[in-house]
Amino acid sequence: MKSLKVLQHHLADANNQLAVLENQSEHQHASFIGKLLGLNLFPLQASGVDIFQINVGKMCNQVCKHCHVDAGPDRKEIMTRETMQLCLPILANSNIKIVDLTGGAPELNPDFRWFVEEIKKLGKHIIVRCNLTIILANKRFYDLPEFFHKHQIEVVSSLPSFTQDRTDRQRGDGVFEDSIKALQMLNNVGYGHDGSGLILNLVYNPAGAFLPPSQQALEKEYKTELAKKFNIVFNNLFAITNMPISRYLDYLLQTGNYDKYMEKLVSAFNPSAIKNVMCRNTISVSWDGFLYDCDFNQMLDLKVAPQTSQHLSNFDLSLLNNRNIVLKQHCYGCTAGAGSSCGGEVAS
Amino acid sequence: MANHYYNAEDLGKFGSIGEYQKEMADKFFSYYGEVFKDGALTAKEKSLIALAVSHAVQCPYCIDAYSSDAYEKGFSEAQMMEAVHVASAIKGGAVLVHGVQMMNKVKEISM
Ligand code: SF4
Ligand code: SF4
Repeated sequence: MKSLKVLQHHLADANNQLAVLENQSEHQHASFIGKLLGLNLFPLQASGVDIFQINVGKMCNQVCKHCHVDAGPDRKEIMTRETMQLCLPILANSNIKIVDLTGGAPELNPDFRWFVEEIKKLGKHIIVRCNLTIILANKRFYDLPEFFHKHQIEVVSSLPSFTQDRTDRQRGDGVFEDSIKALQMLNNVGYGHDGSGLILNLVYNPAGAFLPPSQQALEKEYKTELAKKFNIVFNNLFAITNMPISRYLDYLLQTGNYDKYMEKLVSAFNPSAIKNVMCRNTISVSWDGFLYDCDFNQMLDLKVAPQTSQHLSNFDLSLLNNRNIVLKQHCYGCTAGAGSSCGGEVAS
Repeated sequence: MANHYYNAEDLGKFGSIGEYQKEMADKFFSYYGEVFKDGALTAKEKSLIALAVSHAVQCPYCIDAYSSDAYEKGFSEAQMMEAVHVASAIKGGAVLVHGVQMMNKVKEISM
């Protein structure tokens, strides 16, 4: 499977994705901004910047069908060490507590380990969104569990099901088997075990055109099944809603599910999820150093609102701290049901 | 008057039955909600039972709703089809076991 970009698919262009999402004449779904206006919640302001989510590149060893990054082995966009170096003083001179490294497979960036070590020197907590299979993809990654351990990194990994069938249908043939092996390797160095301090969180996202079921019930089931079948332990399960962008948007359109899915998101709109959407305390950085409210806005090329602080080179925390968030129809994905963020449900 | 008896969109209008009898509808929906919560059986187990019963009562609305719900809750295609077979076996069995009644009657009146 190839990325939309390499296939020269029209949805590889963020403007074409927005054209579908915002097209009110063809797809009539209540406006997200209108909903917020009705609740007196527009404009939605950031509450600060606690999390710096850095997308270090779109290259990935997998080509998942739902990927909102349109990542894959054929994507060459990779953050350079020079761009990473622009992040470091920003982190050093701020109260940002958490650095969340994502991609693609972030470990494929040749400067990944250097970057982790530099961030760690600044005393920040690091999260790595590890797709698991990267650990087995090549000998040079076999020691990633030890590397993560050494730097007390929090590992967040996708596993859309505790069965092979559903996992492989979404993430590719053989992914389930390798993911299980990788989870066992992480467990072997202490990850996921109570009291080890080494956090291993899993992410569930639906393998199809539907919303996630209850996070609590799923977590319980995952814990029982993974322990019983594979002797695997982990800390928390985050249930994340698929965003109607990029490859998942393509899937929805191709299968005739787009309008039904949007309707599901709209009718599951939960006002209490809004105050905790992740953009309120996050800044998302792209491989080339531009700044966004979240990883989804990044993929739709919707930069942060303050025009004089849209890149690492002119980063202005005072402007970003209480910026107005850029909201579009895809934001319904964050407020459906119990809400959804990189950390799972958000509604209290 | 619609020119067909079933319309997929009517499922979404189920709640509107309260327009004609609010009190009973409210009681029904609150009871329904209670039944499908986690209890001695999990909400997931109840979903699969509902799928089988939907087939037994042959309600297209329920089949639509619980095919989605059971799949969303993580049942596989094979598990869902086995549940439908359970419904079928019980329905088939219910027909066939009456064969004994037929036999009894025939034995009673035959020479
Ligand atoms: S979802 Fe993650 S693992 Fe899958 S292709 Fe996208 S970046 Fe890679
Ligand atoms: S997609 Fe979600 S996190 Fe991003 S701006 Fe919209 S509401 Fe915020």
